[in-house]
Amino acid sequence: MSTKIRIKSLNGWFGEKQVLKDINLDIEENSITAIIGPSGCGKTTLIRCINRMHEVTPGARVEGSVLLDEQDIYKEDPVKVRERIGMVFQRPNPFPTMSVLENAVAGLKLKGIRNRKLLAEKAEEVIKAVGLWDEVKNELNKPGTSLSGGQQQRLCIARALAVEPEVLLMDEPASALDPVSTMRLEDLIYELKKEYTIVIVTHNMQQAARVSDYTAFLYMGELIEYSNTKELFERPKNDLTERYISGRFG
Amino acid sequence: MTSLGVRRIKGYLMLILVAVAFIIIMIPLISMLYMIIKEGIGILSWEFLTALPKPPGEAGGGIGNAIQGSLMMVALASMISIPISIFAAMYISEYGGKLSTITEFIAEVLSGTPSIIAGIFIYTLIVLRIGFSALAGALALSVLMIPTVTIASYESLKAVPRSIREAAIALGVPKWRASLFVILRSAMVGIGTGVILGVARIFGETAPLLFTALGNMYWNEGLLEPTAALPLLIYNYATSPYKSWQTQAWGAALVLLVIVLLLNIGVRIIARKR
Repeated sequence: MSTKIRIKSLNGWFGEKQVLKDINLDIEENSITAIIGPSGCGKTTLIRCINRMHEVTPGARVEGSVLLDEQDIYKEDPVKVRERIGMVFQRPNPFPTMSVLENAVAGLKLKGIRNRKLLAEKAEEVIKAVGLWDEVKNELNKPGTSLSGGQQQRLCIARALAVEPEVLLMDEPASALDPVSTMRLEDLIYELKKEYTIVIVTHNMQQAARVSDYTAFLYMGELIEYSNTKELFERPKNDLTERYISGRFG
Repeated sequence: MTSLGVRRIKGYLMLILVAVAFIIIMIPLISMLYMIIKEGIGILSWEFLTALPKPPGEAGGGIGNAIQGSLMMVALASMISIPISIFAAMYISEYGGKLSTITEFIAEVLSGTPSIIAGIFIYTLIVLRIGFSALAGALALSVLMIPTVTIASYESLKAVPRSIREAAIALGVPKWRASLFVILRSAMVGIGTGVILGVARIFGETAPLLFTALGNMYWNEGLLEPTAALPLLIYNYATSPYKSWQTQAWGAALVLLVIVLLLNIGVRIIARKR
């Protein structure tokens, strides 16, 4: 195991408000790292700093560095960074003007790849990778938004995979899904860690405990505790962590 | 019980008030439609739609050249306005910053400009140099069309959810490609609606054409020639002393009304697809 992402003295702001305070965090390759914490603790901001999406919001600002394979992504072209670090959002957001198939390879299409055969093959590959193929193989030309919520979210993961990233960031990917879809999604995430480094934000502690290898607990913009998931949940070192995971606040 | 009775009476009063307002609004609309159809329908014929006008007093003749002129100028104005408006709207909505706030403000002010001012502007700028022409008419119409379509396009671009923009950017797609192929495409229905409404508006504009296109009794033979147009013809014929021309003005009014109506129906159909 080696470190894939190294977050060093990261600070983040929305306008005047500081939402991340001096975060230092190393993320292991081919593992699942969960970020937990109460609403407004900065977990979404943190994950959005890892692929430079935070700065897309007007008024948002970042300081510090995020190293991907020891290279600072804040010194590189953000477009290239986002090709290597994919993202799945809280709510499924397939492109409404595109079909299921087009959505799966939207990243390639939008970059100007026109080869139909190559696109169709890639679409099949990634739709299979997220376990959606049998459900949608007869509906590939329907709008992406016609699928169910859980299917849409898996389609969005397929869309992220098609760009061939190394890291996959997931921002509460199951929060808009029903329990069955959530379970399927968790199985998929577990499956994906063989090939990708995954960082998942969740406000569902059971989910963090179920799927992740490492867990980071964030509170009011600060990293309170970070360790092996089992250890964090069974023997939290910090009092705040202990109170949060036992449900006494948050 | 009393309070229920009072409430019921209040309800009826309100209903009567709303119904009266509705009738007051409908009277001018219905009577206008009735008059234009009654006076105009008799003259409609294939010849009326396609032939050149005849001198006053002679029977027959038509408004073919006015239809030609209107179509030509509206088409040219659309070709000029639509791309400019869409790109301006994309600039305002996607790129932000001080200059975009200024652009938005200007578009809003311009959209309220009285149409005769657009005419004077083009008259001074273009007509004094190259003379009365279809080109000058089209430019005057563009001055009116650009702000309307810009604002409509901006509104529909703004309505594209943030999540869609972020989805595209997070895939490592350069911003200009995301704007063009995802955001613009998602906003296309709204933009199409705005374009059609803009076209419908300039079809009926008279003031800016008075001293740019001027009018013409014959076919237009080039962009740099003066040209007839439906609203101009209606204005000239209706104010003329000749009975035959006055009748033709009604016919032309009906044609114009039908064109605008069809465009509005088009908008309805597009909007329903949304």
